[in-house]
Amino acid sequence: MNLISAGIRSFFLTELLSGMALTLRYMFKTPVTLNYPMEKGPLSPRFRGEHALRRYPNGEERCIACKLCEAICPAQAITIEAGPHEDDGSRRTTRYDLDMTKCIYCGFCEEACPVDAIVEGPNFEYATETREELMYDKQNLLANGERWETELAERLRRDAPYR
Amino acid sequence: MAEFWHDYIWPTLWIVIKIVAIILPILVAVAYLTFAERKIIGGMHRRKGPNVVGPFGLLQPLADGLKLFLKETVLPTRANPVVFFIAPMLTFSLALVAWAVIPFGDGLVLADINVGVLYLFAISSLGVYGIMMAGWASNSKYAFLGGLRSAAQMVSYEVSMGFIIITVLLCVGSLNLTEIVNAQKTVWFVIPLLPMAVIFFISTVAETNRHPFDLPEAEAELVGGFNVEYSAMPFALFFLGEYANMILMSGMTTVLFLGGWLPPFDIVPFTWIPGPVWFVLKISFLLFVFIWLRAAFPRYRYDQLMRLGWKVFLPISLAAVVIVGGVVVAFDIQSVLGAKG
Repeated sequence: MNLISAGIRSFFLTELLSGMALTLRYMFKTPVTLNYPMEKGPLSPRFRGEHALRRYPNGEERCIACKLCEAICPAQAITIEAGPHEDDGSRRTTRYDLDMTKCIYCGFCEEACPVDAIVEGPNFEYATETREELMYDKQNLLANGERWETELAERLRRDAPYR
Repeated sequence: MAEFWHDYIWPTLWIVIKIVAIILPILVAVAYLTFAERKIIGGMHRRKGPNVVGPFGLLQPLADGLKLFLKETVLPTRANPVVFFIAPMLTFSLALVAWAVIPFGDGLVLADINVGVLYLFAISSLGVYGIMMAGWASNSKYAFLGGLRSAAQMVSYEVSMGFIIITVLLCVGSLNLTEIVNAQKTVWFVIPLLPMAVIFFISTVAETNRHPFDLPEAEAELVGGFNVEYSAMPFALFFLGEYANMILMSGMTTVLFLGGWLPPFDIVPFTWIPGPVWFVLKISFLLFVFIWLRAAFPRYRYDQLMRLGWKVFLPISLAAVVIVGGVVVAFDIQSVLGAKG
């Protein structure tokens, strides 16, 4: 009996035809593709992208060179040297290097920072043609902070209730 | 001089014009078949398919062609150069040559020869040489394995295809493709010979090395099969040949089973549409099924492929020849269909 029904099924190609019916039905569903460079998917406020060093609204650097980020970085991608600020002699970084080729985007630096200075932003489109361009220094990171400040502040505000 | 022009030059020119008139639309159709394939499979995957080059991506085939045209043709050191370059040309030209006998409409055929079916069958059988030569001349193990597989596969499926063509010929009583179409005026052969039509279509899929029978190429195991070593224009010729063959096989199925250029019903709104349009529509439908199969099914295992060819299709088609032959003789079908008795 089993043999007969199996024979009938394979003779009338029922399984193949039902498979084809499925693919045909899918053809009439709307595509799920995003036209990537033109359209972009939503990003969580916790998305961990390119880093930035932020400033206070009065233009003062937030970073106080406590080196907590350097200490916690599991990939040892951060190198900091500290020294007195040239104006008021307060403790500041004289060097803040971030090797983006080493970074694993774990977000620990952001977590460790007591003043919300180093943050990971929403930008993930910073591919370069050479490795050297990915060795970020303090200037790059501060520039990133200026460029993304609106988004960064908004992300911190939206994520604050969960911290 | 005028006589010479009238008797020799003008007929030759006229044939050349007709050949160009057939080949150009086929080449355009091949280009847009690759585009249609990508769009349809994209749709079935819920993707968009190519949509960047030109409106709706319509210029994509031209961009692909231009890319292949501008690339460097690489000749592997250990390859046999002559055979290596003859193989793609052979595949491509055979796929085009066969169109000579396909009737696009009543009387719209380049060569209305009485052995049209045999000619078609002979040309499509020769197609395997292109692939075998490519596999051998590349002097690479993957290409060689692809060539071997292809030879075995195409030979296996040609046998059952041949027997199925015989069942059609038994009904018609002629090898002329125009007469085969005319014999389907009462009813398309796909209805009385339905199982044969399905087996024939599946065999054509195997014959053109398309999914789910694309073992000669088998990207996963043979990294591209017989055409691994090819690049640029020789590769493009293989590609064009494969797609032209798809169109040809759809045309053959249309002529043998779907009534060629005949409208589905011989009544007014259908007869307004000219025959070639019906022919193209039927071919397009079959090509859609070709692509649809590719989107729906995984590749056959090699022993399953051989089992299907030799242990399923061959006995069924052999039995069909006997049964159809018996019915044709018992009920005098040929005179019913109006062919020469």
